[in-house]
Formats: sequence, C-alpha cells, structure tokens
Amino acid sequence: MMNLSLEAGFALNVALLLMLVCVGIAIAATRSLLAAILLMGIYSLVSTVWLVVMDAADVAFTEAVVGAGVSTIVLLGAMLLARGDTERHDWRRLVAPALLAAVVGGVLIYAALDLPNFGDPASPANSHVGRAYLEAAQHKTGALNVVTAVLGSYRGFDTLGETVVIFAAGIGVALMLGFGPRATLPAPPDVMGDHHVVLRVTAKLLMPLIALYAFYVQFHGDLGAGGGFQAGVILAVAVILHALVFGLRETVLAIPAKLARTLATLGVLIYAVIGLICIVNGGGFLDYDHLFASKVEAMIPPGLLGDPDGAHHWGQHFGIFFIELGVLLTVAATMVTIFYGFAGRMMDGGAAKR
Amino acid sequence: MSMIVSHFNYVAVVVLLMVGLFIVFSSGNLIKRMIGLAVFQTSTGLFYISLGKVSGGTAAIVVDAQSADGRALAAALNPEYVAQYGVDGVVYSNPLPHVLILTAIVVGVATLAVGLSIAVRVREAYGTIESEEIEALARVDAARAEPVS
Amino acid sequence: MTLFDNLYVAPAALAVHAPILAIAGPLIGACAAALSPGPRSGWIISVITAAFALWMSVAVACDVAREGVMIYVMGGFQPPLGIALRIDALGSAMALLVSSMGLIGAVYSGHALVSDVRAEMHTLFQSGYLLCIAGFLGLVFTGDAFNAFVFLEVSSIGTYALVAAGEQRDRRALPAAFNYLIMGTIGATFYVIGIGFLYGSTGTLNMMDMAARLTTQGDNAAVQAGFAFVVVGLGIKAAIFPLHGWLPGAYAGAPSLVSVFLAATATKTAIYLIARFMFDVFPDTFAFGLAFTQFVLAPLSAVAVIVCSLQAIFAREVRQMLAFSSVAQVGLIMLGLSLANAAGASAGLFYIFAHALMKASLFMALGALAMSIKARKLDDFAGVARDAPWSATALGVGAASLAGLPLTMGFLAKWKLVEAALEAGAIWMVLVIATGSALTLVYTWRIADALFFRSPPPGAPRVREAPVGVLAPLWVLAGLSLWFGIDASLPESLAKSAAAALFGVAP
Repeated sequence: MMNLSLEAGFALNVALLLMLVCVGIAIAATRSLLAAILLMGIYSLVSTVWLVVMDAADVAFTEAVVGAGVSTIVLLGAMLLARGDTERHDWRRLVAPALLAAVVGGVLIYAALDLPNFGDPASPANSHVGRAYLEAAQHKTGALNVVTAVLGSYRGFDTLGETVVIFAAGIGVALMLGFGPRATLPAPPDVMGDHHVVLRVTAKLLMPLIALYAFYVQFHGDLGAGGGFQAGVILAVAVILHALVFGLRETVLAIPAKLARTLATLGVLIYAVIGLICIVNGGGFLDYDHLFASKVEAMIPPGLLGDPDGAHHWGQHFGIFFIELGVLLTVAATMVTIFYGFAGRMMDGGAAKR
Repeated sequence: MSMIVSHFNYVAVVVLLMVGLFIVFSSGNLIKRMIGLAVFQTSTGLFYISLGKVSGGTAAIVVDAQSADGRALAAALNPEYVAQYGVDGVVYSNPLPHVLILTAIVVGVATLAVGLSIAVRVREAYGTIESEEIEALARVDAARAEPVS
Repeated sequence: MTLFDNLYVAPAALAVHAPILAIAGPLIGACAAALSPGPRSGWIISVITAAFALWMSVAVACDVAREGVMIYVMGGFQPPLGIALRIDALGSAMALLVSSMGLIGAVYSGHALVSDVRAEMHTLFQSGYLLCIAGFLGLVFTGDAFNAFVFLEVSSIGTYALVAAGEQRDRRALPAAFNYLIMGTIGATFYVIGIGFLYGSTGTLNMMDMAARLTTQGDNAAVQAGFAFVVVGLGIKAAIFPLHGWLPGAYAGAPSLVSVFLAATATKTAIYLIARFMFDVFPDTFAFGLAFTQFVLAPLSAVAVIVCSLQAIFAREVRQMLAFSSVAQVGLIMLGLSLANAAGASAGLFYIFAHALMKASLFMALGALAMSIKARKLDDFAGVARDAPWSATALGVGAASLAGLPLTMGFLAKWKLVEAALEAGAIWMVLVIATGSALTLVYTWRIADALFFRSPPPGAPRVREAPVGVLAPLWVLAGLSLWFGIDASLPESLAKSAAAALFGVAP
C-alpha cells in the first residue's frame, strides 16, 4: 500500500484527525444548513483519506461513495424539500448538551486510556480472531482481499443482515415519501432537467463508463478493494446522473420505480436463497462448501483454480460471487428508490400534502 | 507524553463523538440533528479502525512477500518484527474492524435516509423543521378535540 | 420445561435448521409482501409467514428443552471466526414471545391497517412488519455481539418507519417517530462503542468467547466502559428511566398494530440483551457490574415505577397513559433483574410475559374501539361498554391484569416479584412495588370507570363492535391473561428454565 515511514504515517494520521475535529466543530458552529451539509461532505472525504492512511482500503472506498456521495445527495434533497436554510441559535440551549458531551467524553477518554496502545500488533484485538483471518482466508476461500473473504464468507450472516438493513431503509423511505412521480400526474414544467447540450453529451458519455466501473469494482472485490456495496452505490450514481441531466420523468420511464423495488427484493432473495441452497445440499446456512451438490463438485476437474484442493474454492468463489450480486442489486435498487422518493416528492409539488 | 502519543487517536475520536452528540442535542433544526447523528456514527467507525491498525502494517489484501511490493514493505521494517507479527512475511493491519465498520457505515446511511424522509414529512405536516415550533404546534394538537392528520 | 421435552413439532431435517428458518422465513415473507399486488395478499403473506416463524420457534424451544443449548454455526465456520447462533432456554422463551405476538399482530393487521394507514402503503407496511419480526428473532437467537447490533438495527429501522406511518390518523406520529429514530440510533451507537471497548480488550466478538476471556482479563477502565455503554445504549432501546423520553410519543402516535407489537416485543428484546450481557458475558465477580446494578439500575428502576405511574395518572390521552404505564412496568421488570439472582430473573421474565399480554390486549382493545370513533381522551371512551361489550370487557381484563387483581396473570407476576425481593431481603423493593401497584390501581380504575360506569355524552358518535377478525386475536390475548392467572405452569416453567440457564444453576 503506502510506503510511508512509520513517523510520516503517524504524523499524517494526527494531521487528518485534527482536520476532522476542525470540520466537526465548524459543522456545529455554522448557522447555514447548506454549509453544514457541504462540510459533512468534506468530513467524509477527509475520513476517506484518513482511512487510506490506516490501511482500510475497502472502508475508505465505501466511505467515499456512501458518505461523501449518497449522504450528501440525500441531505441536499431533504434540505430542498424542507426549505430549511438557517437555524436560530440561542446560547441557553447549548449549556445542557455541552455538559452532557463533556461528561460522557471525559468518561470515554478515561476509559480509552486503558485500551492497548495504538498500532500495537500484540493487542488482543490484533492477535486473536483478526490474525486468524489473515492466516486462513486466502487458503480457505481463495480470495486475496481478506476483508471480502470475511465479509462474504466468514461473517456472511452479518452481511445478509446489512443487506436487509438497506432493504428496510428502502421500504421506510418508500413508506414515507412514496415512489416518485405518478404516471397520472400531468407533466409539470421540467423541474430537474437541463437542456444544455454539453451536459447532455457528457452525461451520455459518462453513464456507461460509470456503470462499467461499477461492474469492475463488483467483480474485482476479492482481488482488490471493492465489493457489492461500493459497486451498488456507483451504479445508482449513474442512474442519478441521468435523472439530474435528463429529468426525473425520463429516468422513471427507463427504470420504473416498480422495477427498482423488484430488483431490491430480488437481491435479498438471492442472498437468502443461496443460504438455503447450502442447507438443501447438506450443509449449514451460507456454508458455501456445500453450495454445489457433491455430484456437481465431482464433475469439476481438480486444480482448475490453480490450487490442489480446488473443489472447495469453487463453492466459496461462487458463493461470494452470488451474494455480492445480491448485494449489488439491493444496494443499487434501494439507492435509486430513495432518490426517487426524495426527487419525486419535489415533482409532486413539494409541500403540498397528498 | 508517550501516553498522549500512544492514545492520541482514541482521544481525537472521542472528541469527534462528543461533537456529533453535541450537535444532535443542541440543534433545533431536524436536518442539522441528522447531520450530527451522521458525524456521531461515522466517528464510531474511526474508533474501530484505530483499534485495528498495526504499526507498519498494510491493507489486508494478500501480497506475495517475494514480489516487489512485498519486499518494499518488508524493507521498511525490522526483520524480527516482520517474523513475529507478519503473516507469510508481510505485516497486515487487522481486517476484522474494517468488516464491522463497512457494515456500520451502511447502517448509518440507511438510518440517515429514513430519518430525513421523516423530517421531510414533518415539514409537510407542520410547515417547519425547527423543534421548538413543532412542539408548540403539537401542544395545540393535544388540546384539540380531534387529532390532526 | 415438561411441555416441550417430549414435543416433536417438525421433521428432524427441518428442526435442525429451525433457528435460521425462523429468521429467514419472515425475511423472505417481507420480500414477498413488498412485491405483492394488494393489501389482501399482503395480509395473507404476513399471516402465513408469522405462523411459520412461530412453528420454527416452537421447534427450537423443543430442541432446547431436550439439549439445554442449541448452537447453529453459520457458513460452516466455527466461532469465534464465524458467527454462530446460540439459543438457550432464555433465548427460546423470548423467541416464543416474539413469534406468538407477531402472529397475533399479523392476524389483527387485516382490519387494523384500514383505519390507520393509507391504502397504497399496506403492502409496504406488512413488509416492514415482517422485517421487524425477523430482526427481533435474529437478535434473540444470535451468539455474536456485533451480529446482535445488525439485527437490532434491522428491526429498529423498520420500527421507525412503521411508527411514522401513523401520521394518517394523527400527525404527531411524525415528530415522535423522528425523536424515536434519534434516540434509538444513539442507543445503538452507544452499544457499538461499548462493543468496541470489549473487542479492544478481548479480541473477539462471540459472546461466549468474550465471557471466557473477560474472566481472565482482569478489570480495567476499558472493560468497565464497555459494560456501561452497552447497558446504557440498550437501556435507551429498552426505555429505562431516564432514557425513556421517546416512548410515550411513539406509542401514542403509532398505528394501533404497531403499538400492540412494540409494547410486547421491542423493549423486551432490548432487556433480553441487557440480561445476556450483564449475567452471561460479564463474569459474576465483575465488581463494577454489580455496583452499577445495585446503585444505578435498581434506584432508577424504582424511580421509574413511581414517577411514570404518576405520569400515567395525569396523562390526558389514553394511549399516552398506557405508554407511561409501559415505562413503569419496564421499571418493575428491571427491579426483578437487578436482584442479580435466578429468582429475581425468573420473576422479571414472568413479568415480561405478563406485561406483553396485558399491554398488547389493552392497545388492541383501544384500537378495536377506535375503529368506529375517533377516540383519544378518556372522555371519548365514556360508556362504550354498552355498544361494544366484547372489546370493552377485553380492555377491562387487560386493565385488571395491569392493576394486579387476583385471578389475572398480572397478580401472579407482581406476587413473584415480591417473593423474589423478600427472598433477597430487599424490603425497599417491596415497598416500591406496593406503591406502584396502588398508583396503577388509580389509573386503571379511571379507565374501567369511563368504559363501564359512565354514560356516553349526548350527541357523541355511537361506537360499533369490532369485527370478528379483531375480536379473535384480542380475546386470545385477554383470555391468556386470565388463563395464566389461574394456571401459570407454562410461563412459569419457561421463566424458571430461562433464569436457570442465565445463571448456570439447575432449574
């Protein structure tokens, strides 16, 4: 990764954390909501750089797309819908929260001093389960990216829960904001379209490239940084770009809200069904070694993946492949659904009640 | 002094957590409160990542110790250190906190989306997103004979 | 658990996988509901899925009764590398509670949603409801601390949106849901911070492995902070005083079905996780934990009982009254648990079952009555017993159980608490319980008085009896409150085995 000397790495770590603290305080102090949202985006980006310095490549990737990308879009959408811009400050209401923060913070700092030293390779956290993953992951699952191996295989059940959380968020937003402009509404003046030729041409060029990049990230998840979540969000970004440039109505014609919901559901179903297939074939839930029935496994020539006990790796590879596909579908479709919810609300007339 | 160096990360993360918590409780604006919540949640992630960092480690993507990258990484470190704490000749950072925080970030954005959608509906129902005004209107609601929808 | 010892409800091939099927069933059902064409099909999917989850939970309970502990390994990787579900008597008892309440709620939802939620949202609502069930079941089955957080959030995110869906009836549901979201997320994040401290000190996330390592680790500030933040974070979700601020608004504004389900399960599963950490993960010799329980939890719970019962007496709206009452009852449950022994835990668990039944029946009866009239304050319910005898009587039964009148499960629950307190020599606790009961009598009498003994004001809309589809689940709940008040062997044996499993003693 980064060949920084230890001291330079630590100095960068300190500098970035101090920047984060400054940005955090700026968010607290600012009165303008728009400034707060943009500062939040900066906070996410600085976190991303810090995560790279901390050797957390996948997390940095996710923070960049999810934190700086999706969160900012959703916050801006909410701000536009809520027509809030500035907030009033009354110093009296700051006293109690400040005291609470001081007390809780003091307790936390006091406790944190008893944690192992930062960067200690012999700490319980770094020497027990964490280290076992590093030793076993490539051999057991065939994936080079240990984080993907743990996410997709060892702790695959957690990832199923995570996918369900995204799905639940999509349901929640759809319950609150609906599914976007309805076909029966008369076509309103083009609230979100833009007729500028340069934008239209560039968008048309960029969208397939963005989608291609999303698929690259998806399929290279076990070889390098990447995976289903990042890919799903990038794919959704391509759709959002289309909506921003060509108008929401056009996008909804291409990708109806119903399709998005169906794809989101399909993603979760794929994940659950993979787990159930493993049960049917005699293993436990999500036990990829049993993904293929033994008859099918016997048909695969050994050593095809370059490893003597290759048959096991087929199960692991395909297992991780399919669940990442499920994650991609659910994440992309849910992000699109959430965007439709916010953007569609604006087209419906914003503050008008349904 | 060395205590500060060895635990600086945790102290900084705690400060960030408290900034987020402060924003949540001191802000009257619903959207600002959600931003504070987002800061609070992301800072928890920073805490876990700090726990998992190994001095001199690299990202948990398997690198062949004999390749150019592998040798460059090992060159910067003490060979005994690599022998004791490395896996197949390379020192990595702990991947488990990364997995946990990937999940936590996703949960965070899910919560953010749902919270903001509720805030938008509040705006539509009450005409404002400042908590004091909403509370005043809610008190009026309570005094009414029929609920307002 | 003699009932479950010899019961075989499912073929062995299915029963082996029952824990994960109980979670995956509602999950797949939620997907199906999201895709279903209309409210009717959504309702059918909901009922079938909830019934399946109950069936699987009973299968798990049978297996646990025979084996003691059921461990289900996910992904073929043994813990602590992989995630494993670990179900003991406590977990299976909670799962029975969640899935049975889930089924009753699902049946009730056929009629309940019509008046409370917009028609086009019904299928999404059912989907969210099933996700809540899946989340709670995952929470009580899992043996991994971080996995517990993920499922906690699965259920919570569904809950926030479901509570907000009550805005069709009363727009105050929206700021209440927002407040609930903020407080709930802070609670979950505190929990994650606590787990972070524990992970930093032990290096593992599996609860049993963590327990083993904590006994040898020694006591330091990081472990203590882990304990404190886990308990406080979950305490927010469990509405432990003074972190209960979100509950009255949320229960009062939510659609009737949501109040019914949440009152029975949401706070209880959080209490389950607190008990799991306090008594299983942390060693019995953990001095900080014992001190925290004795000097922080117990007094706060006592305050909750008194203060929230008073708030219930002075509440203007009936659902708010019941919501404050819920916080008071949570205080009573925590008092039982704070005794830190098997008798106290057994009493607390029995109270959990009793409270789930009585609160759910109260909210459901209110919902049944509110189907025909727009009722919020007590005066709106004056004299409804004349026109809606079944609903009103069920409400009366629930109120009697809440007050702890003899022949109801509530009476037995309070009795067990008093017994456990006397056994432990905590006379002050008996006084608190007695005072709380007296206060509860005041507001339950107000409810009963309004329903049965007052006449409806002239010109008020006449209330109609609720349809059978609502009366059936309602009377199942009310009937069980009476049945278990007379013959409490089933919940008693469940509570005793669960407490024994928690404290490692023989039942």
